Formats: sequence, structure tokens, C-alpha cells
Amino acid sequence: MQGKNLLELAGAISSGAVRVVDLTFTLSPDFPVIVLPPEFGQAAPVRIQEISRYDGRGPAWYWNNVTFGEHTGTHFDAPIHWFTGKDLPNNSVDTMPAKDMIAPACVIDCSAGAAQDPDFVLTVPLVEAWEAKHGRIPERHWVLLRTDWSKKGWRDYANLRDDGAHTPGPNPAVMKWLVEERGIIGFGTETIGTDAGQAGHFEPPYPAHHFLHGAGRYGLQCLCNLDQLPATGAVIVASPLKIQNGSGSPLRVIALVSAN
Amino acid sequence: MLQRCEACGAFAYPAREACPACLSAGLTFVDAPRRGALLAETTARVPSDVYFRERAPWRIGLVRMDCGPTMVAHLHADCIEGAPVLMSFQLDKSGQAVAFARPERETPNMADDRQWREMTADPKFRRVLVTNGRSLIGQEAVAALKAAGAKTVFVGVSEPWRPFAGEQLLRGQAGIEVVTLDAADEKSATDLAADIGGKVDILVNTTEYVRPGGLLDRRGTGIARDEIDQAYLGFINLAQAFGPSMRTRGADGINSSAAWVNILSVHALANWPAFGAYSASQAACLSLSHCLRAELRPGGVKVMNLFTGPVDTEWFQTVPPPKVAPRAVAQAIVSGLRGGLEEIYVGDVAEEIRQRLAANPKALERELDR
Repeated sequence: MQGKNLLELAGAISSGAVRVVDLTFTLSPDFPVIVLPPEFGQAAPVRIQEISRYDGRGPAWYWNNVTFGEHTGTHFDAPIHWFTGKDLPNNSVDTMPAKDMIAPACVIDCSAGAAQDPDFVLTVPLVEAWEAKHGRIPERHWVLLRTDWSKKGWRDYANLRDDGAHTPGPNPAVMKWLVEERGIIGFGTETIGTDAGQAGHFEPPYPAHHFLHGAGRYGLQCLCNLDQLPATGAVIVASPLKIQNGSGSPLRVIALVSAN
Repeated sequence: MLQRCEACGAFAYPAREACPACLSAGLTFVDAPRRGALLAETTARVPSDVYFRERAPWRIGLVRMDCGPTMVAHLHADCIEGAPVLMSFQLDKSGQAVAFARPERETPNMADDRQWREMTADPKFRRVLVTNGRSLIGQEAVAALKAAGAKTVFVGVSEPWRPFAGEQLLRGQAGIEVVTLDAADEKSATDLAADIGGKVDILVNTTEYVRPGGLLDRRGTGIARDEIDQAYLGFINLAQAFGPSMRTRGADGINSSAAWVNILSVHALANWPAFGAYSASQAACLSLSHCLRAELRPGGVKVMNLFTGPVDTEWFQTVPPPKVAPRAVAQAIVSGLRGGLEEIYVGDVAEEIRQRLAANPKALERELDR
């Protein structure tokens, strides 16, 4: 690519010809985190503690100490997160190729289905129907599942019941198919986790984690503003923190969208 | 408790070196019979002491105890000269033990007496914050405090997006206000104090984070960090958020701030290796509670520590009985506040550890190591 084209891109961003859509929730203690059965280790919640705020602890400056688990807020899953990806090369956030952090996206709108059924699952026929309209999903593209789940209040968003979370996600067949037949770079959702709330009962359990990470692909979750993206053509910038041997990290996810 | 002569059995008051009846040096403190008769009473109308001047008129009297000594006592309004009274030592606003005389028989609204309420932290008419409504103890505490006449019970719930068993007992109930509180989060505690800090008269810290294991059976510091985060840092967050306004409101009329309650494992006093790291987190909280007591004292706000053995909850599933019912803990909170106590031991395990520790700490350490 010519250097001139990159400058054109920068100019288009600055002029608004290319829109930058923020797909990130604010990282805060209030945002729901994944809840595992209590006998398992839990993700540390987000904590923000003031070091000083223009006061006796530091007269001219404000800053915080921040602590959180790798999988809190809008966050990225690296292949090492799952047992299926544990032996792959460059499988952690610090060793993954930097070029994988920028890739185009296909957005599949399932908001109508998810509104009807919190346990809505994405299936191969649904993706095939999408392809009939928008074309075949190209290799090394993100597939983002739009459910409008991010617009809910926190309680409905987590949607926890006695038997666990009830939130939409992909079924095992579609995950295997997207990874093996379409060669996607990753899969992203608006919910807490790339998998459905009840995916622990699927075969294999947690198919998005199982198939994506087993093939060295990535996950993005707790995304928002997917309704502002076109079905095709958006470019996702998702660069996780470079945590040593990290399995994932909260991050700022943005999408570049052509304005016309 | 009064001194009694081991030789002749006579009771002595005030405390002496030798028995006034037989000069024996063997005087030990024992529980004395509480009955007496009011000999004389007087009302101080313009006391010189600044505390009593604000609260004048104030009744005091001379009580002749059935067991012998005559004592000066603060008087319940229903005490009549010549009539029998029941004596007790109460902790006054400065934390000092003082003699208090009440009528021998129950009188109408006896607990509402103005001078009696100065000595206690009765939840009646007061507004209480129960910090964790997710736990069984928290839910039982809300019910018990409500039944005891608390005007409002605020109940903290962390992560309000996360449903929990018993939620329907708290939400939408008259006199119960569910508030968002994650005590382990500094900002959450501060935000809630900004809303209701000026109207919390009694704070009941029901933080509960129990995990088994000591040092060698655990991997890493993850759980220990959670224990410290929830119990110890949570305590600090609550104290810094609510303590200062409670201290300034110790004399704020009928529903002045009155007390801070901690629920601690009795193993704060002696480590129980099966729950060893948890015991240590509780010991840290116990130490902190003594600091808080000293810091709240200038405002006349009491700190009550309630010690309990294993409670009949999920995290003590593997522990054989006897276990303490959450309801028993809740009832002890209320009775402790009504009595204005600083310490209360609930259940057989807690009581036994208290006694064993006093008798032989090294033997207790060996016994807990089984």
C-alpha cells in the first residue's frame, strides 16, 4: 500500500468520511462480570482506587490504581484462554501477531430473534441466509453477532436465573463451520462471553471457546454499538493490553466505517 | 459483678483491697444478685458536667443492694423511692461501666426511657444499615431489626444485576430499603454514604466471606486476597465512608447514631487451621474493631462485636454440628444492642472458645489443630 493511501485514510477519519464507532463499554465496577459456580476461582471485579486527587496525597495530580481480571468489561480472548488452544504457538495476548489486531467484520443482525428468546442460538442456516443477502463471509474476517443485548439494563443483560445465565450465542455446528469452512479470524458478541449463557450444556461445552481458540482464533465480548455497523465493510481495531502470557484483556474496540 | 469475700461471703463496693467485714484479702469479682431497693432519689437540674448539662434534668439515686452494699445509680424514670429495683452495669456514652437501676417489674414502654436509651443502642425508632443482604445472616438481621421496631432498615446488595435467594423478602417491603453496596469497593461505599450516611444510626456489618483451607492446601493468594478484600478492606471502606458522620451524630435526638456491629468468627481469637486463612482475616477485623471503637468513642457511638462459631450456611456444610442458626445471630444482634453491649458470644462453640482461651490458650491451640 502506498504511504499516500494511509494519509488519505487519516484524512478521511479526520474529516468524518470514515466514522470511528466505539464498540466499548466503560470499564467500571458496576458492569456485570462472568459468574462461575462459587467453588471455582472468580474473575476479580474492576476496582478503581484513588492514589490522589489534587489533595494532600498529591497536590497537583489525579490518578488511580486499577485492578481487574483479564476477562472483565469489554474484553478480548486469546487462544491460550481455552484448553483447546493451550499448546498453540503465539497464543497469548503478548505474543499474538499485531496484524491480527486489525481486521474487517461481518455483522449478523439477530436482534429480532434475541428479542423473542434469550436462549436464541445462531445456526448454520441463519448464517447461510445472511450470506445469500450479503455474500460469502471472507476469510480472516470477524463475525460479530448483533443481538442489541448491550442496550439492556444490567440485570436483564446478565439475565441470571437459578440455572445460570440465559443469553444468546452460537451453537456448536455454526462455530465449527465458521472456523473451518469460513476461516474467520474471530467471533464477537454483545453478551458476557462469546458463548450462549447456557452453552455449558452444549456438546462440546462452550463451542465458541472450544473451536475458536483451538484453531488459534480470537474472541471479543461485551461489545456495544453493533447497531451502528454495516453488515459488511467495517474494519475492527482490537488491540489487547500486552500482558505477559495473558489469556485476554479489557481493551478499547473501535470500528472504522465508511460514512457513505 | 461485685467483689465478694471468699472467707465470709460479704459483698464489697466500691472495690477494696480487703473485706470490710472480716479484713480477708481474698476478694473476687462474681455475678452479684441484682435486686435492691431505691433508698433515695434526686434530680440534677443544672449539672456541672457538660454531657449531663445538655441532658438535664437527670435522675440519680441511692440503691441498697439486697446483697449488702449501697450504690449510686442512674435511674429509670419508673423507679419509685422505696420500691424494689433491678441493678445492672451499663456502658455509658464514654464506654465507662456505670450502675443503672430499673423497676423490678416490667412497666409500659420500659425500653423507651430516655436515660436508659442513653446507655443502650436499642434499634427501636432507629435507622439501620445492614451491609450485606445477600447472606442468610443479613436477611435474618433485617427481619429481626424490623421486628425490634427499627424505623428503616437499609440493606446493601452488591452487584444488583445478580439475583439471589431471599431477594423477595427484601424488595418492596415496607420499612426496608434495598440499596446498592459492595463494601469491598471504595467508591460503592462512598457513594452510598453520600446518599444515606447522615441517617444511619446503627450499622450492622454482615460481610460474609467464608472459604475453607489454611496455607498449604491452597494455591496462590487468590482466595486470601478475596478474604482480605471482602472482610478487612470492606471494613475499612465502610468505616471511612460511614464512621465520620456516625461519630458526629451521637447526640442527634431520638434516632441519634448509636452503634456499629461487627459479626466475627470466634476463630478471630484462636486460629482454626481447617479455616485457617479465614480465621486470620477475622483476626485482622477484630483488631481493626478495637481501633474503630476508640475512634467512635468521642461521639458516644458503641462498637459491638458479635462472635460466632460456624454458622449453618453452605460454606460450613462439611463442619459437623453444633452450628449456629443465622436467626440466632440476628436475635443476638438485637439483644446485644438493647443491652448496649460491646461483646457477645453466640452459640456453644463461641462460648467454649472464649472460656478455653481464658483458661489455657496453648491447650486451645492444640485442640483446634484437629
